[in-house]
Amino acid sequence: MLLIDCPFCGKRTESEFAYGGPALAPRPDPAALTDAEWVDWLTVPPNPLGWVEERWWHARGCGAWLTLRRHTVTHEIAEVRHGR
Amino acid sequence: MAGDRLPSRGRIDRSRPLRFRFDGRDYTGFHGDTLASALLANGVRITARSFKYHRARGIIGAGVEEPATLVELEGDAASGNRIATTVPLVEGLSARAVHAWPSARFDLGAVNQLIARLIPAGFYYKTFKWPDWHLFEPAIRRAAGLGAVPPAFDDSYETRHAHADLLIAGAGPAGLMAALVAGRAGARVLLMDEGIEAGGSLLAHKAAIGGRDALDWVAGAVAELAAMPNVTHLQDATAWAYREHNLLMVHERAPRADGLRGRGWRVRARQVLVATGAIERIIGFDGNDRPGVMLASAVQAHLNRWAVRPGRRAVVFTNNDSAYTVAADMAAAGIAVAAIVDSRASVPGTARAQVRGIEVLPGHLVTQTHGARGLRAVSVTAGGRSWRIPCDLLAVSGGWTPSVHLWSQSRSSLRWDDALSAFVPDRPAQAVTAAGAAAGATGLGQALRQGAEAACAALGLPAPEVPQAEDAPYAIEPLWTVPGAGAKAFVDIQNDVTVADLELALREGYGAIEHVKRYTTGGMAMDQGKTGNLTIVGAVAERLGLTPPEIGTTTYRPPYTPVDFGAVAGQQAGPVVLPYRHTPLTAWHKAQGAVMYEAGARWRRPGYYPREGESFQQTVDREARTVRQGVGVYDGAPLGKYLLRGADAGRFLDLVYTRPMSGLRPGQGRYALMLTEDGLIFDDGVCFRLDEGRFLVSTSTGNADAVGQALEKLLQVERLDWDVTITNITGQWGNATLCGPLARDVLRAAGTDIDLSGQAFPFMAIRDGSVAGLRARVARVSFTGELSFEINVRPRDLPALWQAVLEAGAAQGIAPIGSEANHVLRVEKGFLSLGHEVDGTADPYDLGMGWAMAKGPADFIGKRSVLLRRSSDRPRRELVGFRPVDPERQVPEGAPLTPQGRKEATEGFVTACVRSVVEDRWLGLALLMDGRARIGQTAHVRLPEGAVAVTLCEPVFHDPSGERLRS
Repeated sequence: MLLIDCPFCGKRTESEFAYGGPALAPRPDPAALTDAEWVDWLTVPPNPLGWVEERWWHARGCGAWLTLRRHTVTHEIAEVRHGR
Repeated sequence: MAGDRLPSRGRIDRSRPLRFRFDGRDYTGFHGDTLASALLANGVRITARSFKYHRARGIIGAGVEEPATLVELEGDAASGNRIATTVPLVEGLSARAVHAWPSARFDLGAVNQLIARLIPAGFYYKTFKWPDWHLFEPAIRRAAGLGAVPPAFDDSYETRHAHADLLIAGAGPAGLMAALVAGRAGARVLLMDEGIEAGGSLLAHKAAIGGRDALDWVAGAVAELAAMPNVTHLQDATAWAYREHNLLMVHERAPRADGLRGRGWRVRARQVLVATGAIERIIGFDGNDRPGVMLASAVQAHLNRWAVRPGRRAVVFTNNDSAYTVAADMAAAGIAVAAIVDSRASVPGTARAQVRGIEVLPGHLVTQTHGARGLRAVSVTAGGRSWRIPCDLLAVSGGWTPSVHLWSQSRSSLRWDDALSAFVPDRPAQAVTAAGAAAGATGLGQALRQGAEAACAALGLPAPEVPQAEDAPYAIEPLWTVPGAGAKAFVDIQNDVTVADLELALREGYGAIEHVKRYTTGGMAMDQGKTGNLTIVGAVAERLGLTPPEIGTTTYRPPYTPVDFGAVAGQQAGPVVLPYRHTPLTAWHKAQGAVMYEAGARWRRPGYYPREGESFQQTVDREARTVRQGVGVYDGAPLGKYLLRGADAGRFLDLVYTRPMSGLRPGQGRYALMLTEDGLIFDDGVCFRLDEGRFLVSTSTGNADAVGQALEKLLQVERLDWDVTITNITGQWGNATLCGPLARDVLRAAGTDIDLSGQAFPFMAIRDGSVAGLRARVARVSFTGELSFEINVRPRDLPALWQAVLEAGAAQGIAPIGSEANHVLRVEKGFLSLGHEVDGTADPYDLGMGWAMAKGPADFIGKRSVLLRRSSDRPRRELVGFRPVDPERQVPEGAPLTPQGRKEATEGFVTACVRSVVEDRWLGLALLMDGRARIGQTAHVRLPEGAVAVTLCEPVFHDPSGERLRS
């Protein structure tokens, strides 16, 4: 159970949050991409053994969508910020 | 009698005899005994049958490491998979061995030993493939089960949340010393120990601390800690899981005086100290599981702590120094020690000095054990010569393995220690340290110092004074398996994994240690490799010509020891886990005899309102007909509703819906789909513009939270600079939805200031006004295909509104409608339902809703992916209607469609099948491969009782032009 330091609410346990997937690059203009580029953005999120950026929703708290920098081995959270 | 009770010594209370029952026989023991020590004292040698081969097994260990004797407690204390060496004896205790039937002494499953050759490692994967696994599964599950679930649900559990500056796992010398140091400094300390008493290894052998008996020091420490308000000290409480960010799960068994069966603790600790000790390991030789073979440390514990002599004539087999103290204790207790068989070529003088008068055989090995119903002799070999030594007890020591389970669960790393021949804690991944035997300490003095230092380091305290204690020398030369060990040489006694299984796994190419674990099951399950994991690593390394650190360890998993589910759930059981949501009309529905359904998102809604003498089908038909021919009303309060405000709300909605909303005029609405970015239907609903800056979004009941989450994510992550505010107003409105050709008459009769004419208030419009004297917002949407008014009011006004429309509609024969009838009505009309047609794999074109995709150049979520998919001409599953050829034939929803109904890959499935009131027959909807092109043809639903022919048709059976709902 992670302990996430919400910038608005302070340290709260993971059960207050909903996981929102890996942090993808900003949504590109679909018209400006080739099919391959679009599929790549959509379906190839990074999945490293180490640091990842991911979204969490403080669903049972302030409702903020947060971006976390988390280590997938140790679960250390280096940064929590609002939005992207 | 093989074992017996010593006349004095031990930590049992001879003045308090206790009666107990095991496998149907009555025995007596003493207060302070465990079930295992009491059985040994009664001379019970065969206490278990093994998991796979049903081999006779006895007591092997003295604590949580016991791999063989798992018992099921019966009666009021019913509980499964308890480790006999950790069950405190109480008056009237009744237990039985888990794998044996009818008893461990006489077990019918023992026939498995005869076919042992046929059930080697991996036999599941190889043997039970034809005709299919399910044919074999029930018998295997019955034979293989580890214990049974207690017959009754027990709610005498609770969970507790706690915080600590320092959580210490283990109250042995290191843990107690750390607790004293931290406690004296005023830190908030939680000290958790799995044993019945504090003291850890000190309970099992004689030692001195600060010139006193070590157990006096333990008693003093326990008393001092008890007097500190900042220290919580629990015994019989196991820290069984180490989770993220220093969250530890603790299982406290039978908390004294609280009347509870168990308590689960969730402790968030600033610092954690792992002082979990070490476990002696086994050596792989044939027959190393025969009753009478014990871990040397377990023999010592039973002698000194429980005053039990587990045998009369013993042999010791060791590769290290620690067993020499055990031999000395055995001799002092009157056990004849026939020989100490030491695999090392030379034995240190300090070890020999402890066992004067006992024959020491350096460079010798035990290769086999003998005896039909328990140990009678062991085979000893050296220099090509082999002979038997008669004995009824073999004390084995393969060396000590630090208990790094918790440490590893914290994701902290291990390193190989050559001097110990074991893995020890290395780099911490969280705020955790290790001390004592768990950290590789081999001497008592060293353990005390490490405990004190760990507490100081964790809390930033100055170095304290530590009492003196001796550091007995410890030397080991690794011996994992003896040469020639094979199919009877166990490396995981609990899971019946042998040296031969390891060799088979290696022969078949499973060389990585994680693969060896999975293929052989060694180190799995409750045991978590306590006595055998390192033996497996060492044996595999030896056979591959590598070193143990090159092999590495498998992942240690929680729970460290078995945990009651009740201790995890606590009070979160039954209806409390996920409470239902109710509308203001629930009481009314129930008073009418409505059968309540869950409508999604935990909302309870009426399924149907049966009347006296009606069958289920008659009720549903009546309610559906009421709507088609007259007027009905239903409670639509659970429907998801969001209010969007702000200057950019319009263009935000253009982005999330398949049709633009920014062009709506105030009071006007539009039906559209929401897609996921991969171009699949996520939700559908109507969006209304209330005024220039406010929109009302409605969602499916069960999907409301998911839609809210997705909208917030898009806004906060992708469009944080847009001026949009999203508010969930689902619970702010209740509604009564009038539906049917007479709906307008009823609404008019209820009294409203809204102009209800078709010109002033058309389909897909929304109006504020009053209804029956209540402030109301009325929307013209339809989920039934009939003229419909959704009258929204404040929840507290809903009962009054409901009464008013029922009274106003009495003349028209109005009736309340449940979700069953609603389902019939929407299927007749071909309206989508989430979880039926919208199953997460369909895009708008699949469901014949290409019209709902805006054609302009503007972008919206999912558009690109839909177009990408459409650019391929691969056939898709498409929505069709169907009529069974036999009009009275109902088809179950979810049933597969296959070519000609043959046993082949499915080409689709039935999403809905209802008894239609407009056609007076069964009909339905299906998703079918290339279905649109097959309309008019016959397809087949495959059912266990045979194929059902259905005729495919357009997926709309009623009012295809929509005249009625627009009327």
